[in-house]
Amino acid sequence: MTSPAIHICDLSKVYVVSQQEAGAKAALRDLVRRRTQKIRAVDGISFDLAPGEIVGFLGPNGAGKTTTLKMLAGLLHPTSGEVTVLGRIPWKREKAFLRQITLVMGQRNQLVWDIPAIHTFELNRVIYRIAPGDYRRMLGELTELLDLGTLLNKPVRNLSLGERMKCEIAAALLHHPSIVFLDEPTIGLDVTMQRRIRAFITEYNRRFGATVLLTSHYMADVEALCKRVVVIHHGRLVFDGDLSVLVKQFTEHKTIVVQLGDCDADLKAYGEVVSCSDGLTTLRIPKAEAAHVTERLLADLPVIDLLIEDPPIEEVIERVFAQGSP
Amino acid sequence: MKGLVQLYAQQFRTTLAMMFQYRASLIIWMIGHVLEPLVYLVVWSVVATTGGGSVGDYTKTQFAAYFIVLMLVNHVTYTWIMYEFEYRIRQGSLSFLLLKPVHPIHSDIADNVSSKMITLPFMLAIAAVLAVIFHPALSPEPWAIGLFVPALLLAFLVRFLLEWTLAQAAFWTTRVDAINQTYFVLLLFLSGQIMPLTLLPHPVRVVAEILPFRGMVGFPVELLLGRLTLTEALTGLGIQAAWVIIGLVLLRVVWRAGVRVYSAVGA
Repeated sequence: MTSPAIHICDLSKVYVVSQQEAGAKAALRDLVRRRTQKIRAVDGISFDLAPGEIVGFLGPNGAGKTTTLKMLAGLLHPTSGEVTVLGRIPWKREKAFLRQITLVMGQRNQLVWDIPAIHTFELNRVIYRIAPGDYRRMLGELTELLDLGTLLNKPVRNLSLGERMKCEIAAALLHHPSIVFLDEPTIGLDVTMQRRIRAFITEYNRRFGATVLLTSHYMADVEALCKRVVVIHHGRLVFDGDLSVLVKQFTEHKTIVVQLGDCDADLKAYGEVVSCSDGLTTLRIPKAEAAHVTERLLADLPVIDLLIEDPPIEEVIERVFAQGSP
Repeated sequence: MKGLVQLYAQQFRTTLAMMFQYRASLIIWMIGHVLEPLVYLVVWSVVATTGGGSVGDYTKTQFAAYFIVLMLVNHVTYTWIMYEFEYRIRQGSLSFLLLKPVHPIHSDIADNVSSKMITLPFMLAIAAVLAVIFHPALSPEPWAIGLFVPALLLAFLVRFLLEWTLAQAAFWTTRVDAINQTYFVLLLFLSGQIMPLTLLPHPVRVVAEILPFRGMVGFPVELLLGRLTLTEALTGLGIQAAWVIIGLVLLRVVWRAGVRVYSAVGA
């Protein structure tokens, strides 16, 4: 077995934050002695990523995803535990390490705001000491894959959110990193643009064999990109495995959509009716009973069409977050 | 080294593009850099005239020389890093700099020098116009003109290194305005921007000479005016060099500690 690209073992991060109460008396007291509180943002998580893997890193807001990514990128110092990326300790921020990684944050931008993105690209070229030939080739590939075209020569402030994100991603990949951390890369983008970014990530991973760890609130991103997901909640690891296993594990219901010749039939007797319109009735059935209910529906009623589905992935994830642990 | 040269050259192009975008604010900055010494020049000229032609060891035309040269030296050595740094930390853009395999100070120096290379010709033109109006009197020896070059370079380095270090106060407190204000008052007074330091009472002058402020502005000005003996000039250069070394050490120590704080509380 090859050594992991990313190795995390019992990793924790505790933030010390000052607390402030309202009121003059409390403010005076705070002046003398500031009271602090410890927030355990990441609490003993462990997982590994193999080289070339794309893994979805999921969790509700405040679960500790960004904190973990920042520890992996060397921006945050872990409170305890072990973390290595390509065998190096991130927070030491060795040049050889920094040249091999990148971090894209959907909510922040590295592009210089008032001038065209190509200037930031050129700066990154000299900062990462990319050879002219490699730079031209990579810029060409990124321009083609992300359809950058003339965007590079417009001032960044004049770009739309989606256009800017494409440029951000390209700027972050010019040095050909083998480890890519993506924190909400599709946030705020329309569906078409989301799909485009997704296709790009797949292609980048395929072409360059890069290891990708991605957080997103859009389940479509995760479904399209990641076979494996790691779920954390309140800083703790809740699930690590195949997305399909997660769905199986957390799905207690199936959805059955029935189309009947007689559209007024009441199907309450068969299960919970979620919706009923235009002759289509959607039922929610406990997983164990799904087969049995289907049989009865087919036997009892003039069924034109019948479809058994897993609930949408959003619903599954919501359940995972709500329960905290399986 | 070759990599750094390329970085500086590329930063020059970027800064040029940015300055082209910020033409208006650039002109306003330059007006500020002209107006401030001009105001002091006029005030001290008036004081000199009413005081029988001179104040201390400065005549009216010597004041003119002092403030015109000061305008140029101040322009060459000033930085805006304190505002920049606070913004970086508040906005979180420092994270991107920390992800890069090069110390962020290089881009900052390159940006500062590039910006000066573009604005300096305009400042020199303004200085020429002021010279025609105010008839400055300066009489430096050739050696003083020769030493002015390293003195100016050291002045830039002392000011840049110390202000870059001070700017990192933003790692510890989000309200750095108070610190900046205190610093600017000290700088204005002790660097010789308000008045030549020789007009100050002796004890204050000694303090000003030991502290780094005179080395940032006043010392190169006095040197080019031909007011220093060779011993005084070499002493001044020595003090500047000492502050460059102190600045480098402080910058290293404070940067390490600052990054540690930044990476502890949330980058």
